[in-house]
Amino acid sequence: MNGDLAIRARGLSKKFGQLRAVDNLDLDVPRASIYGFLGPNGSGKSTTIRMLCGLLTPSAGTANVLGVEIPGPSSRLKPKIGYMTQKFSLYTDMTVAENLQFIAEIYSYPRAARSARIQELLEKYHLVQQRRQFAGTMSGGQKQRLALACAVLHKPDLLLLDEPTSAVDPQSRRDFWSNLFRLAEAGTTIMVSTHYMDEAERCHRLAILDHGVKVADGTPQQLQADTGMQIIEVLADDPYQAQEVLSGLATVASVTQLGTRLRVLVPQDISDALNSVTEALSSRKIAAESTLVAASLEDVFVAATLDRTDLAA
Amino acid sequence: MKSLSRLLAIMRKEVRQLRRDSLTFAMIFGIPIMQILLFGYAINTDVRHLRTAVADQADTHLSRRFVAELRQTQVVDIRHRVSTPGNIEDLLRAGKISIGVVIPDDFDRRVVDANRAAVQLLVDGSDPTILSVANQLRNMPIRLDTELIGTRLSQIEIRPYYNPERRTPVNIVPGLIGVILTMTMMMFTAVAIVRERERGNLELLINTPVSSTELMVGKVLPYIVIGIVQTALIVGLGWLLFMVPIRGSILDLYFAAIFFIAANLALGLFFSTVAKTQFQAMQMTFFLMLPSILLSGFMFPFDGMPRFAQYIGEVLPITHFIRLTRGIMLRDAVPGDMQGELVFLAVFTVIAMAAAALRFSKRLD
Repeated sequence: MNGDLAIRARGLSKKFGQLRAVDNLDLDVPRASIYGFLGPNGSGKSTTIRMLCGLLTPSAGTANVLGVEIPGPSSRLKPKIGYMTQKFSLYTDMTVAENLQFIAEIYSYPRAARSARIQELLEKYHLVQQRRQFAGTMSGGQKQRLALACAVLHKPDLLLLDEPTSAVDPQSRRDFWSNLFRLAEAGTTIMVSTHYMDEAERCHRLAILDHGVKVADGTPQQLQADTGMQIIEVLADDPYQAQEVLSGLATVASVTQLGTRLRVLVPQDISDALNSVTEALSSRKIAAESTLVAASLEDVFVAATLDRTDLAA
Repeated sequence: MKSLSRLLAIMRKEVRQLRRDSLTFAMIFGIPIMQILLFGYAINTDVRHLRTAVADQADTHLSRRFVAELRQTQVVDIRHRVSTPGNIEDLLRAGKISIGVVIPDDFDRRVVDANRAAVQLLVDGSDPTILSVANQLRNMPIRLDTELIGTRLSQIEIRPYYNPERRTPVNIVPGLIGVILTMTMMMFTAVAIVRERERGNLELLINTPVSSTELMVGKVLPYIVIGIVQTALIVGLGWLLFMVPIRGSILDLYFAAIFFIAANLALGLFFSTVAKTQFQAMQMTFFLMLPSILLSGFMFPFDGMPRFAQYIGEVLPITHFIRLTRGIMLRDAVPGDMQGELVFLAVFTVIAMAAAALRFSKRLD
């Protein structure tokens, strides 16, 4: 066993033909925590999750998930994990109650406790009114609650959630996350992949993936403190032109536009970064207001993926 | 002009997608080439080499001479030599022969007797084609060396068994059970796995403790019941509307049907693990449908087909099932008479199920 770790992976890699979908990944996921996987589409999040639940065989490396070695027979792992796929994967032509019943039977949930458990889940996930509704006719948020209810029905030690909120509205996302917190408090380890920064911020720990490589990991606070960048927010009348100017500066690592604001990333070791930005803009007669701000997770992400681009270049 | 360019865009897209679906692409060429070669050669209503047994009770020079002449016609293929007409009836019932030749011990005297038939042909009349071929044999003169002995035309008496009124439905309905079951059963399971894959259910399912075997067997069993209901429906309608008899035991018929249904479901399930889309799965069942109808003995007598077509027919479950249903329904046979057919279906089912379970992996790579 791993002691306090639910998942421990070393050098986990997966190649699809020439593509390195996941490259030499090390992971330590503490028990009873929410561990986030942040990365753009195609960064290897789903592939990693699929390797960890035994759906894909790693090309190299090993992992220990809840004491089960990967690669290896994963049948001992299946009863201990709950998995929520990116695409809704329950039966659309069955009702909510029928889907839950089916999952309970598949996991051999004790017969006597079955209907009580289903009732409990229907209440907890606000599906009592929908119990006789076909799953296919429900809204995105309702489907997602049903999928979560099915994934946790057998009380798994580990929940693997693959972009669970990509098809739901903000309110449903908030509700969903409060459900996840309750589960984690009750002792469930949760691994969740996302490309939403606000969701990543809620995780206890976080790994940022880019092109299959883990470029950063830690608590969101740690990551924000350790970007190695000074973040300058520029409020400009003509943000497009300001961006042109700032991108041309050798000291600037990256400029991202957010509406009328620009997030300018300057490496930590550059002194007087704020002044050089202000001067560069005023010399070109661009009206702008620049301030030094704390790093957001988005900045962390940009900074982390920048390093990769530099390495590749 | 705009309409034309949009039309061309649709056409180009269609061709592009078609070319990437290798199975469909193969079907465009495969179906016509394979099927025309197969059926062009195989379908032959000029039936020869009917399996035949001879009971030569006379065993005289003349009778041996007659048997030799009979053989020279190539219409019959003498597989068995037996001593009594009873033996011939047993062979007929078991479906081992289509024609039995009974030469009575006073054959030599009968040949010159205008009032009595010299030879009896016991024919499996359940297939009208075979019966008409036997009728042609009747015109064969009996001669000794070059000297014609009999002057009458019909020294050979035909005794059609099982379908004396020569009604087509009697022959068709038992086979139709097989054709309908092949079509429906195979389709049910052919889409079974691939549908779950297309809808995304499979990724969830393979992450649960359910095993490949549980999944496969669980998908097959409910359809066996449906298959039995279908069998009952066809048999009932055949009996009600076409007066197709059930001479054997109805329980035996269901017993045989279960073997056949299982074989088809297993094959369909195997297709389902091979196909990438439901459409491909349907194409595969379709591909198997034509040989099932044409090479199984359903439409044309099995004995009349060339050897290579018979080999293909022997591999199809329906060929064996049709022998069973015709035996049970028309000839009052019991499954014990046709154990070989049942064994084939059982082995076929086990192999197809094992292949499906092996091909189906609880992994995505």
